Amino acid sequence: MSQVMPSIVPCIDDEEQITLLETVIERYGAKESNLIQVLHYAQAIFGYISPQTQLFIAERMDIPLSQVSGVVGFYSFFSTVPKGKHIISICLGTACYVRGGKNIVDKLQDLLKISVGETTQDRLFSLEVKRCIGACGLAPAISIDGTVYKRVNPNRLEKILAGYARKE
Amino acid sequence: MVRITVNNRNMDVEEGMTILEAARENNIDIPHLCYLKDVHQMGACRVCVVEVEGMKNLQASCITLVSDGMVIHTNTARVRQARKILYELMLSDHPKDCLICSRNRHCELQELGEVLQIGETRFAGDRSVSQLDDTSFSIVRDNDKCILCRRCVTMCHEIQGVGILSVQDRGFMSHIGAGLELPIHLTSCTNCGQCISVCPVGALKEQDATQQVWQALLDPKKTVVVQVAPAVRVALGEEFGYEPGSNVTGKMARSLDELGFDYIFDTNFAADLTILEEGTELLTRLVNHLHKQGTISQEDVSRTGLSSMKAPAVLPMITSCSPGWIKFAEHTYPEQLPHLSTCKSPHVMMGALVKDYYAKKIGVNPEDMVVVSIMPCTAKKYEIARPEMQNAGLSNVDAVLTTRELASMIREGGIEFTSLDEREFDSPLGLSSGAADLFGVTGGVMEAALRTVYELVTGREIPFDGLRIVPMKGLERIKSATLVIDQPKEEFSFLQGVEVKIASTSGLVGAATVLDEIKEGKSPYLFIEVMGCPGGCIGGGGQPRMTTDEVRIKRMQGLYDEDERKVMRKSHENPAIVRLYEDFLDQPLGHVSHELLHTSYTARKRYLDD
Repeated sequence: MSQVMPSIVPCIDDEEQITLLETVIERYGAKESNLIQVLHYAQAIFGYISPQTQLFIAERMDIPLSQVSGVVGFYSFFSTVPKGKHIISICLGTACYVRGGKNIVDKLQDLLKISVGETTQDRLFSLEVKRCIGACGLAPAISIDGTVYKRVNPNRLEKILAGYARKE
Repeated sequence: MVRITVNNRNMDVEEGMTILEAARENNIDIPHLCYLKDVHQMGACRVCVVEVEGMKNLQASCITLVSDGMVIHTNTARVRQARKILYELMLSDHPKDCLICSRNRHCELQELGEVLQIGETRFAGDRSVSQLDDTSFSIVRDNDKCILCRRCVTMCHEIQGVGILSVQDRGFMSHIGAGLELPIHLTSCTNCGQCISVCPVGALKEQDATQQVWQALLDPKKTVVVQVAPAVRVALGEEFGYEPGSNVTGKMARSLDELGFDYIFDTNFAADLTILEEGTELLTRLVNHLHKQGTISQEDVSRTGLSSMKAPAVLPMITSCSPGWIKFAEHTYPEQLPHLSTCKSPHVMMGALVKDYYAKKIGVNPEDMVVVSIMPCTAKKYEIARPEMQNAGLSNVDAVLTTRELASMIREGGIEFTSLDEREFDSPLGLSSGAADLFGVTGGVMEAALRTVYELVTGREIPFDGLRIVPMKGLERIKSATLVIDQPKEEFSFLQGVEVKIASTSGLVGAATVLDEIKEGKSPYLFIEVMGCPGGCIGGGGQPRMTTDEVRIKRMQGLYDEDERKVMRKSHENPAIVRLYEDFLDQPLGHVSHELLHTSYTARKRYLDD
């Protein structure tokens, strides 16, 4: 886990990614009502929405930058910083919350030395909180890259993370 | 009409009105804060909540429409408590440094506190953290004082169509910003200052120039020359209790004298000069355009006495007096810049003349001169800092004061404005025609220009009653007219029967519309006047608050009255202008004019173009 990962999220000058984003904007048209869709795609393409990407979208869609940046900042789904290779989502829906989801948050923040919404310096893990992932029967649950871990005991977390770090 | 009941009183009101408006029309004032007539109705602050029978929640009266049979209560215990709590919550994240705030005693938040009789601040929650943005030449943003009413956002997006300011982040972190936390000088902010003019608190204000001007006035080595734009004289009075539109030209000139300015000139003089230069430029472009089209011969061009252009004669030509508009064009329509007249704006022309022609005349070293412009405009503060607005290494104009700033200097100077006697402007740069007064209103530059250009071409006055080009008057966003040239002078005989289409627009949404037409090759016009602020300079970002449409109309009428009061109503008849050409400039668009009075423009990017 301590080894430094090469950047998995290239910056905006990667031509292929830009071409892809251009195609998306072309397909949707430079309409204000399509901004959120375009932003979703941008995040899918780049992994996050950098200031450069926001400027690019503002200019191409002829939408004020203040508005693009306002929308990106408003929705917590959008990230303006690169995401890690593995996304850890802690469920804090009602069931998971009452069964100790909060303890999982504390433990993971502790282990990874980041807060919710942040990415580890080696870009291996990002930590986020979800409102109910639909696994209430398995509470408290977390998911890592879509794989759900059930009835998570905070003391097992270190082991789970180590498994992901070892694969690198 | 619908019948509603407010506080047990029945009233018949127009359908489609909001509760707030309906109540107000019937002399019931519902306390409110973010609501601003003609501009902003979004229910952002919730202060205007009322109780409506049959509705569970309190309703924001500024956005709730009346309906038949509605029973409304504006002062119940529940309403009063909600209002007070909202106000106290706002205060809990406000610096409350009123005594040293630029809006002290002119603050809508402060006034509301007085109305609500708030005697305590119960909530001592967190304070949001914000940064002062004073990077712009024109506008200072202090988010610490912002109450998130969003008036500036509405103004910038919907009325000016520029969209520099929006809400960023969410919840407690919400703040107004340009996006990516950019300082506004790195955006395409036009410096129009319309955001300042609607801000209810001290969060948006102009860059202060009063200290610089006081310093110059108190320096015995400096010769301080002042000039005043036309729109200032029909608005300054509002700061001293006069009705909007009251003409206070004489008292204003006297107050400048009392403040210690050495020479008091009138930007109107330079407006007349602009007409001569810009009118000649228009004709020159037209004639050269016709020649390049093959409609007329080189001999025809020579016979008019107008010069042959090497550069393409780009039409329609657009006025260039409004620096907010210029910066908008540079960022947003960089390819259309050749359409702009090359004339500097009138006050910069005046500055250039003062530091050259007039300095020589009175034997003062221009380096010891300070030229101050009193303007209804914040964009002029940016304009004077442009490298193009210099001659012989000196800025044409050294400081711009807004109408509001002049008022504050008059107050600070201990001058009792209302009891001042009247004074004339100094000659020769203080003499002006009625046409020049019209530079302050939308459509006015067009009217002034046509009075001169039509006469230059036909030898007769424009065929409009009382010289008033009625289709150019009023607050509509885009106004247009067609003028048919009839029986021109011999040398312009090729213009016989030519239909000249003209337009004027104010506010940057209108500007974008006419520019889009040009871009698409569909513009039917020969000449277009653009003013950056709605209604023209009378509604400029530096004018006394608040500028509603009602106020705009009154100020506008003030300038039309001033025009009609004058005997001399055409720029080319101004004897001081005639004299200036004889003594110094030689002819419009001549060599000296080119050096001092004309400029060029810079294509800019939308963002990160410093």
